[in-house]
Amino acid sequence: MSQIALNTSSAIGSAAAADVDAPIRIAVRNLNFHYGDAIALKNVSLNFHDRQVTALIGPSGCGKSTLLRTFNRIYSLYPEQRADGEILLDGQNVLSPSVDVNELRARVGMVFQKPTPFPMSIYDNIAFGIRLYENLPKSELDGRVEEALKKAALWNEAKDKLRQSGMGLSGGQQQRLCIARTIAQNPEVILLDEPTSALDPISTGKIEELIEHLREEFTIVIVTHNMQQAARISQFTAFMYLGELVEFGPTNKMFMTPTKKQTQDYITGRFG
Amino acid sequence: MVALSQERLVSSMRTPVRRSPPRTFDHVFRIASLGSALLVLIVLAGILGSMIYGGLPAFREFGFGFITSSVWDVQRDQYGAWVAVIGTLTTALVALVIGVPVSLGIAIFLTQLCPPWLKRPVATTIELLAAVPSIIYGMWGLFVFAPLFARFVQIPVSKLVEGIPIIGTILYASVPSGVGILTAGIILAVMIIPFVASITRDIFDQIPPVLRESAYGIGCTTWEVVRHVLLPQAGVSIIGAIMLGLGRALGETMAVTFVVGNANRLSASLFDPGSTIASRIANEFNEALGLQLNALMALGCILFLVTFIVLVAARLLIARVNAR
Repeated sequence: MSQIALNTSSAIGSAAAADVDAPIRIAVRNLNFHYGDAIALKNVSLNFHDRQVTALIGPSGCGKSTLLRTFNRIYSLYPEQRADGEILLDGQNVLSPSVDVNELRARVGMVFQKPTPFPMSIYDNIAFGIRLYENLPKSELDGRVEEALKKAALWNEAKDKLRQSGMGLSGGQQQRLCIARTIAQNPEVILLDEPTSALDPISTGKIEELIEHLREEFTIVIVTHNMQQAARISQFTAFMYLGELVEFGPTNKMFMTPTKKQTQDYITGRFG
Repeated sequence: MVALSQERLVSSMRTPVRRSPPRTFDHVFRIASLGSALLVLIVLAGILGSMIYGGLPAFREFGFGFITSSVWDVQRDQYGAWVAVIGTLTTALVALVIGVPVSLGIAIFLTQLCPPWLKRPVATTIELLAAVPSIIYGMWGLFVFAPLFARFVQIPVSKLVEGIPIIGTILYASVPSGVGILTAGIILAVMIIPFVASITRDIFDQIPPVLRESAYGIGCTTWEVVRHVLLPQAGVSIIGAIMLGLGRALGETMAVTFVVGNANRLSASLFDPGSTIASRIANEFNEALGLQLNALMALGCILFLVTFIVLVAARLLIARVNAR
């Protein structure tokens, strides 16, 4: 147990320091979430700062993935799930029925636990998402695909096989392809739902490095089970437990001097 | 803890151990189940063998011309399969053209769009459709559907297209009786829909939900998700499901015999009566003798071969998605 604590603290500070003055990109206000009759989020309020990585941590079933899934309203695919409260993206409430969900999802990209390449070529995996919203000439589209692959650190591995199926890549490459697909749409926010939990340590390292770079351009929210990962790559951390937000703050403060006992117990591995 | 497990050990030693039953029973049981399994193979081989044996005289008499000749003359003892083969293929094709889009629509609706409370009723209704005996479809087709079809489709459409090249031929009813190749195709479509729909639904259900979520996650509409992600992902196994429907459409006898018109005539019009291999056999088997009987057997061989190939191909294609 102390070993975990030690590892975690050694990881703190490897990420850039939190910029507490960064403008607020997403503001969650009094958010409640229901799966049918079960309540999954209770009155959650917190802010996500622009171009910062915010990690959501907590034991399984604490609601961190649920929270993430409200930001692009992907939960609304399932009729029994509903959210009330406010999620302000640049001041606009994304839960409002007047919001165009398809446009919202292009602005708020999402990468899932398991790599999900579409059944098409590497090139088309990325071009597909761009074509949905922009009508670009071929040359410009080529440029955008290349740019996205470069940003996702996949260009060197993929440039010679752009016409091959995305399914032929390794797991880590597939996940970077999914990240490339997301950033190709020039979103404002990227949601990462345990993006490395299905990957080996080397691929995980590459993705983490990538997240570091992407932070310069995008606001990132990442759900992770791995405390060291949260400590390594995030500027802010939110600790959730049983559907409630227990504590939120700059990552190094959360890991060094948490104010709540529950937080301390969790990050030192005493439960969860 | 220790005391408890010791106690249990003692008590289990006290209970009398069951004496092993005589070996012979096990042996008989084994042979019996093996025999049941082998029986299927023997029956299949027997059917195939007797069909070929029965059909051989016809094949010998007419040679390859048996397939390409469209004569079927009982008086002069001249037989050819062409009309029935074309009729079988056309009705099956019509059934696929109508049935497959509807089946895909049902499967997509059930897996992607259907509100949960409606899922069960719709799915159950479709399964019930599969349970309707084919004779019922035949009766309904002949007594209910055909008259309506003649009145509201054949007559107006024939009037409309008369004189137009190609369409005027394909969709012109010289005798608008309601029965014919197209009617048989439509009835067959209704009959294959439950099969194709429920298999494609299973195929869609096997696609991981996270793939669908990530397609929605980049801002796809439902149509785009289905068209560009789910259908390509399901891929060849959809074709497998379609071929399973095709296999059923090719071999369906009773319903088709009622509504196909049973004419040994090659017509370019879908509204005209024709016959299929199965309907021809069903119609003539009772009175067939000699070479006519052999010719019917030979027809059966052709049908058996075609459906067998289609079904094997279908199974192989469907198995590919499960292997992934």
